[in-house]
Formats: sequence, structure tokens, C-alpha cells
Amino acid sequence: MERRRVPDPKVRQVGFVTPGTTDVVNLAGTLVEGASPSPVLIPPVRITDGPTVVVTVKAAPMQVPSPTSRKHPDVSVHPGSFNLDSVLGSSDTPSSKVGSHGESLMSSSTYIEQQSEASDFATVGSSNMSHVFVPARVTALSSGKNNPPGGSPPHNPVNLPVDKGKSPMAGQDEQVKENKPLKERTSKAERRAAQEAQRAAKQAAKAPDGNNAAAAKAAPRGGNQTQPAKGAKPAQQMKDTSDRRSRSVTWSSEKGPEKEKKKDVPAPRMHYDDAERVAKAKKRSLVEQTETKNRVELFRHLPQFVHGTQLPSLESKFFLDEAMHPHPAVYKVGLQYLTGELVGGNARCMAMLLAFRDMIHDYSTPPEKLLIRDLTQKINSHVSFLNTCRPLAISMGNAIKFLKTRVVNLSDDLSEADAKATLIGEIDRFIQEKIMYADKEIVKHAVQKIRDGDVCLTYGFSCVVEMILIKAHKLGKKFTVMVVDARPKLEGKRLLNRLLSEGVDCTYTYINAVSYIMQEVTRVFLGAASVLSNGTVYSRVGTASVAMVAHAFSVPVMVCCETYKFHERVQLDSITANELGDPEALVKVCGRRDLKYLEGWSPEDKNLQLLNLTYDATPSDYVAMVITELGMVPPSSVPVILREYRRELPS
Amino acid sequence: MPAMMPRSRFSLFDPSLDNSSSKADSDEGGMAGNTTATESSRFYDERARFNSNLLSGPVTYEWLSQADEARLNSSAEVFHTVHDKAVLSREAMNGDNSSSRFSVIDEFNFWRQKPELAEAVAAIKALTAVIRRSEATTMMGLEIELKKASETLKMWDKTSISLSAGCDLFMRYVTRTSALEYEDISAGKSRLIERGEKFGEISLKARQTIASLGQEFVYDGSVILTHGYSRVALALLKLAASQGKRFKVICTEGRPDNTGLEVAKELMNAKIPVMLILDAGVANVMGQIDMVLLGAEGVVESGGVINYIGTFQTALVARSMNKPVYVAAESYKFARLFPLDQMDMSPTPRVVELAVPEQEERIKIHTSGRDYTPPQYLTLLFTDLGILTPSAVSDELIQLYL
Repeated sequence: MERRRVPDPKVRQVGFVTPGTTDVVNLAGTLVEGASPSPVLIPPVRITDGPTVVVTVKAAPMQVPSPTSRKHPDVSVHPGSFNLDSVLGSSDTPSSKVGSHGESLMSSSTYIEQQSEASDFATVGSSNMSHVFVPARVTALSSGKNNPPGGSPPHNPVNLPVDKGKSPMAGQDEQVKENKPLKERTSKAERRAAQEAQRAAKQAAKAPDGNNAAAAKAAPRGGNQTQPAKGAKPAQQMKDTSDRRSRSVTWSSEKGPEKEKKKDVPAPRMHYDDAERVAKAKKRSLVEQTETKNRVELFRHLPQFVHGTQLPSLESKFFLDEAMHPHPAVYKVGLQYLTGELVGGNARCMAMLLAFRDMIHDYSTPPEKLLIRDLTQKINSHVSFLNTCRPLAISMGNAIKFLKTRVVNLSDDLSEADAKATLIGEIDRFIQEKIMYADKEIVKHAVQKIRDGDVCLTYGFSCVVEMILIKAHKLGKKFTVMVVDARPKLEGKRLLNRLLSEGVDCTYTYINAVSYIMQEVTRVFLGAASVLSNGTVYSRVGTASVAMVAHAFSVPVMVCCETYKFHERVQLDSITANELGDPEALVKVCGRRDLKYLEGWSPEDKNLQLLNLTYDATPSDYVAMVITELGMVPPSSVPVILREYRRELPS
Repeated sequence: MPAMMPRSRFSLFDPSLDNSSSKADSDEGGMAGNTTATESSRFYDERARFNSNLLSGPVTYEWLSQADEARLNSSAEVFHTVHDKAVLSREAMNGDNSSSRFSVIDEFNFWRQKPELAEAVAAIKALTAVIRRSEATTMMGLEIELKKASETLKMWDKTSISLSAGCDLFMRYVTRTSALEYEDISAGKSRLIERGEKFGEISLKARQTIASLGQEFVYDGSVILTHGYSRVALALLKLAASQGKRFKVICTEGRPDNTGLEVAKELMNAKIPVMLILDAGVANVMGQIDMVLLGAEGVVESGGVINYIGTFQTALVARSMNKPVYVAAESYKFARLFPLDQMDMSPTPRVVELAVPEQEERIKIHTSGRDYTPPQYLTLLFTDLGILTPSAVSDELIQLYL
């Protein structure tokens, strides 16, 4: 665990990092008082393992690079360190600076982990240090000195007052001390959790239900977490999908207001770096997804499954347990998600809705149950089944939300047949109105923006964009299309095939060439998995790069997205919510037998992490307009549409 | 405070312009020819015809005052001639089509002739007249008739943004008023007519609202740059002046319509110190300026504006020098358009007088009469809905049309 962290530092710099930034960090620790390390450092999403400081301190010797190997590239990349140092009168040799630079990365990572404890640190670490950042550096630096990496000693920060041998110990002491107030906080949380547990136990006594008991058991466990933020709201944490289902069913009769309050709180996403909850979820799930051991740093909260292992066990389970049966139609769709046969936001959403339609069609209310409650529950279990097959797309999430509100809003005096017919009608209407008709409208709007002589660039495969281009071609517009594609999915080939069969003039290229071909492009059409309420476009990975390049060439980027895919969420990066694809896809390069360097790769390899992201987030700055069925709007109007559109919904 | 240039430098009084008066005279003759010129869009033809005070070609001060007198004395007369012409043309067409089509355009032109009445309002008034004259027996029939009329109006002048915006607004009201479905035809008609009448008042009120909202931004000692002739912007400046604020205005010459001269004259009458500059001199004076105040022909979905040519460059220069750019526009100018760039608008060719020998055909002349200013170059929009940021325009449009 500790060893693995070393090659991949906890801090990754994203965005536009100027070469000078790290040097500022370097100096920040030594000279600039109270300066923040760097604006672009991203702290790890969650720290589950306990004494992080100790871990990193141990790791530090490896972090310190040997000057001979790293000297030159670093020196050339960061010439600023020379200038700054010389200005400040430092007499160090270049190699020592390189060493210290390597450490500054390291120390800043430590800093982030310690951020909460840093203030105490300052007082404990030494008597005459006034600013909070230095101690973190001290630990890192001094640990580096304890194990000299065979080169010159690292750059010695000015006025380093602490005994170098002592400081790691100081760090450990601090960690121990730091645990004290933390425990207090947890105990408070524990009290709350215990309360929760008592309440849940009462419920369980009233209506003995397996899930419920599990929820009761889970409560104190949730409270035991060392994370203060986590411990504070254990009840909320427990609410992953099926838990919530069982609880809301039991509570709905007795605790109306409480339930409503809970409803307001958004359900937390499943964090796959939380071992206990993962284990719990696994027990319930029908599809047995084996998780890979080796997941990429920063993305551990996302599920990464070993592909191709699920089918046999799935089949055995399917025929074994009557209660866990998904409807055959849903089952089929789930398998299609699993195998990657069914891709694309619209296609997946429509397939899911049609499967649910079949499910509702075949549904009959069990005796002594209410249709509204039972069907909601059934939908929930089906959704969680689909979710284990592949994480739900945002479009699907919205469609499910729609379906559920329709089920809940069914009036009680409807007969079962009528209720079913209403729901089926609603589903049909959703597909017709929100997807099919919306696409037609989008095409109508977007086609206006293609003029004769245009060069339209598109990335990957989006069914709306395909419709737009074909429609424009049929209208007799003379334009050419640049299909930009990317490994490993190579979806663009599908689009290329369709366009060529229609006789559209096409150019096909990989995303590597996008900066070159962009100068010829006049319009960029992109599809989207979702547009979030801050205007961020959430779409297939690579979209952001294409949009940024287009923006740099001042080519207007038009994102085509149906309004049902809009989401209230705000997302600033591609890390917090994403989907991990099959890492195996990166290993094999089709048609290139000679590229077999990764062939013997095993997930157990500690030194290799393969990251195959599925989505990325494009900032709204790079998007000129969003084309929806309601017209062409700037990305800043997405929240307006969300607001106005939600008004139409009864709930 | 940047020092104001002496008034004597006004190009209005610049004798060097006088020698071009003969050319202006010839322009007068040329203006009738403009209407027949095929490459000029109707938008500018009609403007030239109705706003005879807005002239093409360099103009002298005498010329302006003459035109002004002519306008004051015989605006009705002008209208009659135009009206007669239209009637004549209708008769010439031998009534081969439904009379409503012609009457709606006539009506529109009639209303537009009224001073202070905006084009969108004129369109609404014309559509109201269609309702009045309609012989439809059902609301559905009336709606169809209205739709036809509004399409006719829109087709008649495709390039006018506020005309089509006005038509759309009214049609939207007709189709969206749910009460109409349950009322009988006469009640529905009178309700619609009432609504149309109200729009005239709203139009005037909008200008007052904008003026009173926007004058807050004019402070003592400020220097304001304007470009293009905008009644709202003028109303704003006049209101600010009437409240005792002391400020100076720099206006661009505004080729090819020389709108700046008109603005300068009106401001002069309102006793506001004013300075004229060349269109090319915007960057030159930008350093002394505190704010840029513009009107708009149309406000588009992105929050950008379509306005008299030269607006974009003015806004660009202002942005690069960090001067605020304010746009005064009534909400009926909001249009559901979204141009991506300058080429992405319906072309609005117009006659542009450049010093190119007429027989020289190898030199092409760019004849666009308006340009599109993207929202990132605008600071705020003064509208009758309030002071809006550009991104709020889309919000209002979505609420208005969806």
C-alpha cells in the first residue's frame, strides 16, 4: 500500500499549471510566510487509512529523486527556480535544488493530508516557527535526509530550526495527539448512530425484515469511522439505494415529516473505496462484479470491475433465487449494458424504459400490497440490478426519477389495469416526447447553423449529431465532416460508416491530430451525456480536449443535448463523478501485434495503474451554445431550463 | 477626469464638410433610387424612406435642420404619399390576393410613421387591425388569419429583428392565452384588441422605465460614448441631463447613415455637451471615456446584441480598455436568434457610399449594415424588465417564449 503510493504522488496537478507554480511552492515553505502551496493542488478525495502522516514519512525516502536521474529535465522545465533562488541569494548547487523541488511536491502532498492538523503541528513541531506550512516540509525534508539518496543533500530551507532526526517523531506524536479531539467528535457521532440504531431496531421489531436488520447493524458501524466529516452524518451515509428503499417503505407510514426531510438530502453516491459498504452492497447484488485490486489513485471511489467474470455466477444466481429475479426484459438490457453491446445515453435510456414498460406490463400486485409501494420497490431493485451491470447514465437516472414520480403520483382509486396502462402510456410519452421528438427539434435547430462551405467537426459517435449531419446533407447543403475519433472505443467509425453510406464528404482522424485540423474547421458539433447546471458539459472522454482546442481556434462549439439529460448537479472536474472503463482495453491495440509491451499485465502489478476513463467534464467557457429541443441557448441558461422544466413536473 | 475637447472641434461646424453638400444633394436623388436597388435590403430602404432625417453621405448642418423642419411640418404629408403609394400598388396588383395581406403591411407602415412608436409596436398594432377587420367566426380561424398576417409582415421585411420579434410576441400571446379557448369570438377579439392597444403604451412606458433605470449609471462628470441612433439611449441621456447631472457625450459619426449627427443635434438641443468623432476614432478617445452607451436593433438569445455596424468594434475596444459597455433595449427587441459569428446572420445589405469610382467593379464593397456583438463584450443591459446581465436575457426569453 505504502509502496504503491510512491510512484504516484497523492497530489496531481491538473488544469493549466504554469511552470513556475511548483517553484513558488518550493519557496513557500522556506521563505514566503503563510503562502498557500499552490492553487491547483487537489486533495485526495477521502483518506480512509489511519495515520497518514506516518505513511508518507516512510514513503519519503523513495520520493526524493536521485539527482543524477532527474536533474536535467527538471532544471529545464523549471528555470524559474534558478532565477528565484539566485535573486534571493541562495548559493545552492542546481542538483540540490532539484532534489528540493522533488520534495516540494512531496511536502505539499503531506501538507494536504495534514491540513486539518497543521495548526497544532506548528505549535508542537517547534517553538519558534510561526507559520503552519513549514512543519510539513520539515518532516518530508528530514526524512529525506535520514536516507540520503546517494546525491548531494537536499536544499536546506532557511532557518530550519528543528533537529532533523526528531521531526518525524514529532509528526507521529502529533498524529497521536491529533487523534484525541477526533475521537471526541466521533463519539458524538457514535451517540447519534446509536440513536439511529435503536430507532431502526424498534422498526425491525415491528416489521422483521432482513434489510432492516442490516440497516440497524450498519448504523453503529457507520459511526465508527475515523473521518470526522463522515462520522457527523452516519444516517445519511447509510442511505445507499436499497437501504433507503427498505427504510422508506417502513417509515413512510409512521414518519412522514422525517421522510420528507430525508428526501431533500441527495443520496450519496456509492464510494467504492469504503470497504464495508462495498461488501454490504455485494451481498445484495445479483451480478457478482469482482473488483480489481489495483485501482488508480484519485479514482478509487469509482467502481472498477474485472470484466468478463460475471456471467456464470450471474446465471446460476438468476435461476437459483426466485426473489432476486429481474424481469427478463430488464435482465436482457442489463446484460447488454454489461457486454457493452448497448451504448449511448439515448439508446441506453430508451432500452431501459422499454424494458421497464415490459416489466410493468407483466406486473401484478402481490396480495396485501399496494401497487404504488410495491412497484416502486420493484423498480428500485431493478434499477440497482442495472446499476451493477454498468453505472447508470445521467439520462437514465432522470428517466427513472420521472418514472418513479409517475408511480408515486398514481391516484389510489385507479384499478391495477388502469394504473398499468397509465404508466405504460407515460413511458411511451416520455420516449416519444423527450427523446424522439426532442431529437427532431434539435436537428431542426442545428441544421440552420450549417452553411454551404462549412467544415463540421464531430467527436466520437453521437446519434443526434449523426442525424443533424445527415439531415443537412439531405437538405443539399455542401459541407464536409471531420470525424475525430479516439482509442479505445473508436466509436467514430460507426458514425463514419453511416455518413459515408449517405454520401457525406468525410475526413477521419484521431484526436491526436485535432490541434492540426482545427484550423480548417468552422463548426464543432458535440454530443453530451449530460449538461450540468453550471453549464459544464459531461460527455465522452476527450470531448473537453476537442472543445478546448476549438475554443483556442475560436471555432464555435455546439453541444447537442436533449433537456431530459440536464442535471442539477454542479461538477467542476472529471474526478468526483465518472465511470471507469475496462483497463484491459488500453492494453490491447487492435491491429498492432508489435505493441505487446503490456501484454503480461496483471491487475496485481503494483507499479502499473491503467486508467480508462469514460467521461470528462468540459467547462462552459468552451461551449458557445447548447442546442436543445427548446432552442439554442447559451450554457448559462441550463439552470433556467432546469428550473422552468421542473415546474412542469407535478412534484 | 479626462479633459473635454473644446466645442469648436465639432465636425458639425467643420467648414471642411461644406464642400460635400453638392454630393449630399445628389444623394437625395439617389435615395429614391435606393428603393429600387436590388442589393439593398428592405430594412434600410424603408428606414431611408421613413426616417428621411437619417441621411446617407456626408451632411451639412443646414441640411440637417432643413430635414428636421421638413419632418416636423409634413410628417403627415409624407405618410400620406407613402400610404397612397401603397394603396396604389395594391390596386395595381388588382387584388389578386386576399386584401388582408396588403392591409397588414399598410397598417404597419401607418403605425410606424408615428414618431416615438417602435417597429415592434407598429407590428402589433397592425396585427390588431387584422383582428378588427377579421371576419373569422371561430378563434381558430382568427388565429390562422393572424398567423398568415404575421408571416406576411415578417416576409415583407425579413431583416428587421424587432418586427419579427413583435409579431412573435403577439402571436405568442394569442396562442398562449388559455382563456381565449373558452370565450366566444367577439369577446376574444375584443380582448386581443385591447391587448394590442396596450402594447403601444407599454412601448412608451418601456422607454421611460429604461431611462429612469439607466440614468443611475450616469454620474456627474462622466464622459459617455455612444454609437448609432437609439431613441432609448437618447431618452436616458436626456433624463439624466434633466436631473441636473453634468456629463459629456462623445458620439461617433456613424457612417453610412450619419446617425451620430442626429444624436449630436438632439443632445445639443437638450444642452448636453457633445463631441463628434470619426467611427475610426473610437479607440483614440476610449481612454477619456467612462462608459459606452449603446442601443440595439435586437437582443439575441446569447445576451449579445445586433446593432448598427461599428457596435462590435466599439465594444471590443471598450472591453480591452476595461470600460463598461451598457446597452439600452426594450424587452420587445429580444429575439430568439443565436448568431454564432458575424456571418451567421441573415444578410442585411445596404447601399454604402464609398469613394470608389462606380465603374470600378473589381473592387467589392462590403455592404453589411449591422453587426453582432457577443455577450462577453457587454457589461449590462438596461431593459424595461430591469438591469440585466447578458446571460439573463436567455432566462427572460425562455420565460417569454416557452
